[in-house]
This record gives sequence, structure tokens and C-alpha cells, in this order.
Amino acid sequence: MSLNTPARDWYKAPEGAEKLWIGLALIWCLVMSVMMPYWHFRGKQNSRGEAYAVSANAFRERAEKFITANKVGEHNGVPLVEPAPGGDAYLVARMWNWYPVLKLRKGETYRVHLSSLDLQHGFSLQPLNMNFQVLPGYDHVLTLTPTSSGEFTIVCNEFCGIGHDKMVGKIFVE
Amino acid sequence: MSLSAPPISVSTAPNAMRRCDTTGLSVCRVAEQFIKLTAVSAVVFLLLGGIAAILLALTRWQAVHLLRVDWFYRILTFHGLNMLIFWILFFEVAVLYFACTVPLGAKLFSKKVAWVSFAMMLSGALMVDYIILDGKADVMLTSYLPLVAHPLFYLGIILVAVGTLVAVFNYFATLYVAKRDQTYVGSVPLVTFGATAAAIIAVVTLLHGAIVMIPTFTYSMGWTAQPDPMWYRMIWWGLGHQSQQVNVCAMVSIWYLVAHLATGAKPVNETVCRGAFVLYILFINLASAHHLLVDPAVGSTWKIWNTSYAMYLAVLASMIHGFTVPASIEMAMRDKGYVKGLFGWVTSAPWRNPAFAAVALSLVIFGFIGGITGVTLGTQQINIIAHNTLRITGHFHATVVGGTSLAFMGLAYYVIPLIFRRDFIWRSAARAQPWLFGVGILLVSIGMSFAGSMGVPRRDYDIESAGVFGPAAHLFLGVMGIGAILAATALFLFVVLCVGTLLFGTKNNGRAMADWGVAQRVAGVKAGLLDHDHWAMKGTIALTAVFLACFAVYYFANWKALADVWPVR
Repeated sequence: MSLNTPARDWYKAPEGAEKLWIGLALIWCLVMSVMMPYWHFRGKQNSRGEAYAVSANAFRERAEKFITANKVGEHNGVPLVEPAPGGDAYLVARMWNWYPVLKLRKGETYRVHLSSLDLQHGFSLQPLNMNFQVLPGYDHVLTLTPTSSGEFTIVCNEFCGIGHDKMVGKIFVE
Repeated sequence: MSLSAPPISVSTAPNAMRRCDTTGLSVCRVAEQFIKLTAVSAVVFLLLGGIAAILLALTRWQAVHLLRVDWFYRILTFHGLNMLIFWILFFEVAVLYFACTVPLGAKLFSKKVAWVSFAMMLSGALMVDYIILDGKADVMLTSYLPLVAHPLFYLGIILVAVGTLVAVFNYFATLYVAKRDQTYVGSVPLVTFGATAAAIIAVVTLLHGAIVMIPTFTYSMGWTAQPDPMWYRMIWWGLGHQSQQVNVCAMVSIWYLVAHLATGAKPVNETVCRGAFVLYILFINLASAHHLLVDPAVGSTWKIWNTSYAMYLAVLASMIHGFTVPASIEMAMRDKGYVKGLFGWVTSAPWRNPAFAAVALSLVIFGFIGGITGVTLGTQQINIIAHNTLRITGHFHATVVGGTSLAFMGLAYYVIPLIFRRDFIWRSAARAQPWLFGVGILLVSIGMSFAGSMGVPRRDYDIESAGVFGPAAHLFLGVMGIGAILAATALFLFVVLCVGTLLFGTKNNGRAMADWGVAQRVAGVKAGLLDHDHWAMKGTIALTAVFLACFAVYYFANWKALADVWPVR
């Protein structure tokens, strides 16, 4: 009885169906344990957390330099910037926009630098539904390869104050 | 025992204990008094959180969109604190005071310490609620730096945490004195063992809370520099996630307890049940990683090792309880003569007993929805397609609400008659309440999960601004809204039943509580025939096989969904 003290000899190895279930559950746990290292080496989607310390000012300067060098137009008043394939791209998160708008090429790989100038933000790329955390003081590097083209929307999915739901950015892929 | 008595005194004041008229167990009157106080406070916070819940659901259901934006985030913060912290912690303290006294025939260690704990917890909680509603702490439950709230917000949380630690101290001291004075012989009962696991995890959890909240408080006062936001996230989740494992332990203990009360179930194998609790204690503390899987500055090795609780050994513990609880019920039912087919024991179970119905639903919702989604979303790479979407909220409304809160409600159907000694009013409504709540929260969880898998963010006032969410996302937010109306109705019904019973319920002093319905032995069936049959729980074997199949399908379907998004390193 779960309310009473157990009999003196309660220490017993599991038997029968219970033993079988523990075995099956353990095997399932091992399968799940192996899946993550397997995907780390063989899978294409991983979050390695590559990051470097950066101050808000330093990150803003790098982003401005990147925009000046690679600007190809404007989208709703925000610079439209096309990084070199294989090169670095900077994306600034701040209350309450993503800056600038990126133009990428399908099949090319980019190193996208994410950081915040103020609060924490959430990089949520829709409609793919890929999500990464953006922190102030951390230059979070995603090595990203667009494999589909079109217009993609960056939604902020970490609460960042009253204008949080209005914090929307764009990535175009050709 | 008077207030001025030395706390260590275990003297036998004449009225220190009473004999329970229903169970025959000795009940410590001081413990009883604090079980009442904390349980009533818990229900008040549940009511506050429930009012907030319905306001939030009717705002996120875009067709209704009830609240203004500032009040949405304010009420969201309020909902998180009242439900996840205050309702649960107060109720858990009640469970702890019960588990260290009644099953052991022991007296609570100290009334003074219990008062100190209660005063700290209550004043802290009121402080937090006041400062949130005053509009000075719109920072969500997590209060991620560099967001800053009013210092009273942090101070209130610290008071609640330390107050809870004081109660946990009282718990361990009571265990020590009971052991020393030999109020019981041998090992502690399983319910006390599970509660002890909860208490041990609570200590580790609340220490994390102190480590993260004290420097944040001093920062908010302007005394110290701002702690690093990534450091904050890691330590905060040592509080935030592990505290949910305290809930799991308390909930599983309640599963065993109610299964025993309603069907006479006893653990098939004590070693297995206890061993599973030990696995919780050993491995649960790694779970902070679940929230940092797509964060910068923590590497793959760290993420993989920690998110899997070493090698899913805490998941193994839950899967063990997921077998042993229904198996113990099935064995008890079969022993009583309900042996027809695979599921004759299910159809004959005491479903009219609201505590049993609540616990059965809690077990199914926690396991099938909460457990499977939790492990899958907490898989390092799969988290990329889940982090901070409504999928996460869909998961934890199945664990903490459909699992823990529903189990707590179920226990209340025994706590009130046995501890407050009043029989429930409006018993037919009480029998329906767990079903209404269970179905409601199931819809909430499913609505959130599907909307989240379409990318809908959590903690977001208005998804229209993004311009990317179509009619399907709105449909599932509607499902969530309807589920929330059902669940909130059931929650208010629960509060009405509890409060109504405390005020108007018939007193049952001197007689057994009114029976909710327990499994009766079929005439002529002898007890103990199955005691040595280790394969008799055939229905449970079938159910757990279905569970494992669902788990595998959902898990690998998510890997497939992940493989379809852009390559990223």
C-alpha cells in the first residue's frame, strides 16, 4: 500500500512484464540518446551555439559597414543588402525591428551574425519555422544555406516589450 | 502545542493528534491546520490564475482579441506566476506536510517554523501580484535580463522561494524526528518516499532561484552591475525547469495515493517505483538545457548531454511510473474479480469517483501528450522547429495543467472530506468536473501545439502583424480558445465546489467521509490469487505498447519535419 510502510523485504528485482517494459523503455531511451549525436554528424540542421562576445556598439558598427558595402536597394525604407555567397551577413535585432533586409541566393551558404542592441529577441523564420535565440552581448553565428526561394518573414518570438508583435523582418531568397 | 513551545518538543499534548474517522490514521492537528491554510491559499491563487487564463485565451483567439496590449502582457506575467509558482508551491507544501506526518503517524516538527514559512510565502506572493497588477513588472514569468522589473517583484519571488525552503526544512526535520522516535517501523511508505524526492529536488531548485534572483534584485536596486543575460538564462532555468520536476514527483505520488484510495492498488514492485523516484533526483537537474537548445554560447556536446538528462534516465523514470501506476490499478481490479478481457478492469473502474477520474485523466494527458511532446521538443536539433513557438506552451499545459493541476484537484476531493472534515456539496457536479477540465485542457494543448507547429509564437499579442499566419493557424487558436472556456469553467466549478463545501458542506466528524465510490470485490472472489503472476497486467501491457508506438511515430515525424528546413550549423 502506498500509504503504509512496505514489508521488510520490499527490495526485489523486477519480474515479468514489468521487467520487459523497463528493458523496452531503456532501449528507447538509448535510441533517442544516439539520434542526437548521429544528427550532429550526419544531419544538416544543428544548433552549435557558435558565438562571440560583442558590445552593442561594435555590432552596430559592423552591421553598418556590411550594409554600406553590400546595399543593393531598399525595402519599405529599410536597406536591402545582398551579402557575398559564402560571406558574412549581419542582422541587427532591436526594439522593434530587424535590420537590414537580407537578399540571399538559393543554394549558397552564408554566415549570418545575429545580435541584439537592447533586450533579448527571438529569430523565428517563417513560414519555415526555424527558431534561434538572440541575446545582447553575444554575436550568434548561424551558418545558413537557403534551399528554397521566395519571401521569408522574421517574426520576433521572445517577449521584448509593448511593440513585440510588430517586430517583423524580411529575408528574400532568389 | 502552543506557539511558545520549544520547536524540538515532541511532547504529547493531549490533543496533538486525532484519529481519522475514515482511514483510522493518526492526524497531527498542527500539520492539519497548515495543510488547510496552504491548500486554501493555493486554491485562491488557482482562481486568480484561472481568471487570467481565460482573459489570455480570449485575447490570443484572434476572433475575440479581448485585452489591450499592455494588459495582455501584464496578465500573462500574472498568469505565469500565480499558476506555475503560487498555486503549485502552496499545494505542494500542503502535500509535504501531509506526507511527512499522516502516513508516518508523526507530528509536524515545528508550528513556529510552519508559520514563518507560510508568512514568507504569502507575503511574497501578495507582493508579486500587487507589483504586477500595478504595471511595474511586465516581464513575463521568466523576467529575462535586460528586462527589468520593480525590485519588489524579485524580492517577492525570493520570499516565496525561501519560505518554501523553510517548509521543506520542516519536512525533513519531521522525517528525522519520526525516524528517531520510531513512529513507524522499516522504510517510509511510497507516498512519503515520492514526496521526499520532490523535497530534495525542491532544495536544489530553490537554491538556483536564490542564486539567480538575489543578484537580479540587487541590480534592480541599482547596487550591482547587470548579470549576464546568458548566465541568467542558464541559472533561471535551473529554477524554472527543475521546479516542474518537483511537480512531477508530487503528481506521481498523488497517482499512487489516489490509485490506492480508489481501487486499493499497491505497487507491483516497491523497488521499481522507488528506483524511478531516485532517477528523478539524480538526473532531473540537467533539464535547464531544454530552454537553451538554440541559444548562443553553449555548444552541441553540452546541449546534447544535458537535454537528454544524461541518457534520458529521467524519461525512463516517467516511463516506469507510466507502467507501474496503471499496472497496480489493473492488478488490484483483477484481484477483485474484474478479469474480463484486456480492459474489463478499465470499464469497471470507479469512474464516478472524481479523484480517480482526475488521476486517470492526469496520467493519460501527462503521458500521451505532455511526455511525448516534451521529450521530442527537448531533442537538441528538433528544438529548432519548436523553440518559443506555441508548441512549447502546448507541451507544458499538458504536463503542468492536464497532469499536475488535475492530479492536485483530484486529491482535493479527498483532502477536503478528510482534513477539513466536510462532505462535498453538489456531488454530481464534482463527478463531472475532472472530465470537463481534462477535455478543456486537452483542446488547449492540442490547439496550441498545432498553431505552434505552424510557427505561431508564444507570448505574442497579435499574430496579424506578421502577415504570415493563415486560416489554419487561426482555426487552432480557436480550438485553444474553446478549450480554455471549458477548462476555465471547470476550474471555477472546482473553486465553487471547494469553497461551497468549506462553508456549507455537512460536517463528517465522528463518521467516515461520504464515499465517492471505490472498487468493490466481486462476490466470491478470493484475494491474493494473482500475487505471483507477473504477466497478469495484460491491459497495461497493451496500453504501454500503444504509448511506445505513438511516441516513436511522433518522434521520427519531427525528425522528418526538421530535415525539410534549411541546413543550418
